[in-house]
Amino acid sequence: MSSGKRGCISVLSASAYRKFVRGGNRPVWEEDPNPAGLAVKALVLVAIVAAVLFPLYTIVLTSLSSQADVTRAGGLVTVPGTLSLAAYEQILSGGIVTRATLVSIGVTAVGTVLSTVVSILAAYGMSRPGSLWHRPILFVFLVTMFFGAGMIPTYLLVSNLGLIDSYWSLILPTAVSAFNVLILRSFFMGIDREILDAARVDGANDWLVLGRIVLPMSKAAIAVVALFYGVGYWNAFFNAMLYINDNAKWPLQLVLRSYVLQGVTLPGSGTGQVDVDDGAVTGLPVKMAVLVLAVIPVLLVYPFVQRHFTKGVILGAIKG
Amino acid sequence: MAFRTRLRRDGALLLMTLPAVVLLAVFAYVPMLGNVIAWQDYSPYTGFLNSPFVGWWNFERVFTNPLFLDAVVNTLIISAFQIVLFFPVPIALALLLHSVLSPAVRTTIQSIVYLPHFFSWVIVVTIFQQIFGGAGYVAGRLREAGSAGFDLMTDPDTFYLLITAQVVWKDAGWGIIIFLAALSTVNPNLYEAAVVDGANRWRRMWHVTLPALRPVIVLLLILRLGDSLTVGFEQLILQRNAVGVGVSEVLDTFVYHQGVINGDWAFAAAAGLVKGIVSLVLVLAANRVAHVFGEAGVYQRAER
Repeated sequence: MSSGKRGCISVLSASAYRKFVRGGNRPVWEEDPNPAGLAVKALVLVAIVAAVLFPLYTIVLTSLSSQADVTRAGGLVTVPGTLSLAAYEQILSGGIVTRATLVSIGVTAVGTVLSTVVSILAAYGMSRPGSLWHRPILFVFLVTMFFGAGMIPTYLLVSNLGLIDSYWSLILPTAVSAFNVLILRSFFMGIDREILDAARVDGANDWLVLGRIVLPMSKAAIAVVALFYGVGYWNAFFNAMLYINDNAKWPLQLVLRSYVLQGVTLPGSGTGQVDVDDGAVTGLPVKMAVLVLAVIPVLLVYPFVQRHFTKGVILGAIKG
Repeated sequence: MAFRTRLRRDGALLLMTLPAVVLLAVFAYVPMLGNVIAWQDYSPYTGFLNSPFVGWWNFERVFTNPLFLDAVVNTLIISAFQIVLFFPVPIALALLLHSVLSPAVRTTIQSIVYLPHFFSWVIVVTIFQQIFGGAGYVAGRLREAGSAGFDLMTDPDTFYLLITAQVVWKDAGWGIIIFLAALSTVNPNLYEAAVVDGANRWRRMWHVTLPALRPVIVLLLILRLGDSLTVGFEQLILQRNAVGVGVSEVLDTFVYHQGVINGDWAFAAAAGLVKGIVSLVLVLAANRVAHVFGEAGVYQRAER
């Protein structure tokens, strides 16, 4: 260890000081940190975290505030005033936002299950080295990562299949992501072959090996891929903009775009700009409540899955 | 091994890939063939089976269309902005986070900065509108201070900086994940040896840390260059009306408006096909360049 450069401090307090600044995790060979450098670093990190969290904070707060608070703040509320759930009660009491939320939940649930199951099967089907045709099949997936057919032919196909205004148009065209299949495949390939071979010698067929051995060992990777698919379905708005003309079938993101971003008043939505005398919440709090509604599912699922990111995604992305 | 034996052994595996292959065949490969309308005088009423072929007519129209050329220019400008102003941010952020020694602090910050990646573009653009728009938070504070007329969302002059800032807010945090993974593979003995040789912090970063990141940086740069013609379609279509077509029209939005909105399907398909093929060539070329420089590039990642 290098000796302290602070000669004017007594030996005892110097060692206490060094223990304090060095913390418990600093390798012995590393220099003492420079206090000014530490301060700058802390400041930058706080600024970065604030840049992410402040918008979320003020939006959630505004959605819980009264129109009077909004008027006083001249827009987004940053200091809590009188809080209420009135905006949420209003958008969730029937009308287009409620319906759109249900559409989004349904499409996301069905789509995520379908995509995840199909991807797991495909990934396992291509995971055994030397199996019949696994290279040409893999190639079928890889091509789609480098060359997309384009929006126009895809639109015409969906249209010709009669899927316009069908919820399936929000699921099937994006149901398989080659990237997600490859993440799963590389995770499956990382499982010790001897375990799988032993099971096969014991008479287990591939369905059993997948269900009894591979799946239980791959929960982290599957959770991450399911999150990717789920977030993809939940967040998608452009497919709906293309394929869903009937606004009673719109998912939440499209309602958010029309009503909040473009300020269009939606018919029969209970979310118009018309002020109601009994103090009903309108305007910005309601808009922000729709925004929060669109974020909440992500915030709910995210904490449970994000701890798997390093395990699942990284292995897939780097080795895959 | 005989084919029948292999088929019997691997039949279940083939069956498992079938649903995904069928979905890709229908929704990825059939549309690839559907690009045939780019050579037709296509009308939805006659369909691609009966529409007459017109040779390269649609492509001639694409390449002589000033709006198409504007869209190409805008797309390349936005790509350039993002490669210069976005690409280095996750690297810097990863190095910064990597230097945070407390695991608890580091993982907490990671969880927070990853989060915006999972928000939709509608949400991100709405958040920016509420903060930087004409009726937004910043404009409100400026009005209190006596300065009116602030609205970043409709200002064409700063639009490219605005959308780059949006990309940074949404994806820079998520972007560090791959760099952190690469950093975690560095052997700590290398740092210790560097210290013994008298290297200070910055020299250690230059001689140990950055070389460890180099393959990942090259890989991502290739992917980004190959994707030069694809710039945030959802992000831009949301802001097209607010800021105007002049700065915000990119190739994908051009294809959308010419095809789906104006109904000039064959023309739009031709423009989309040009974009798809040039993108493919760009990825292949960038990968070739990476090989020349002795890097692994993209293919090994795929064909292992």
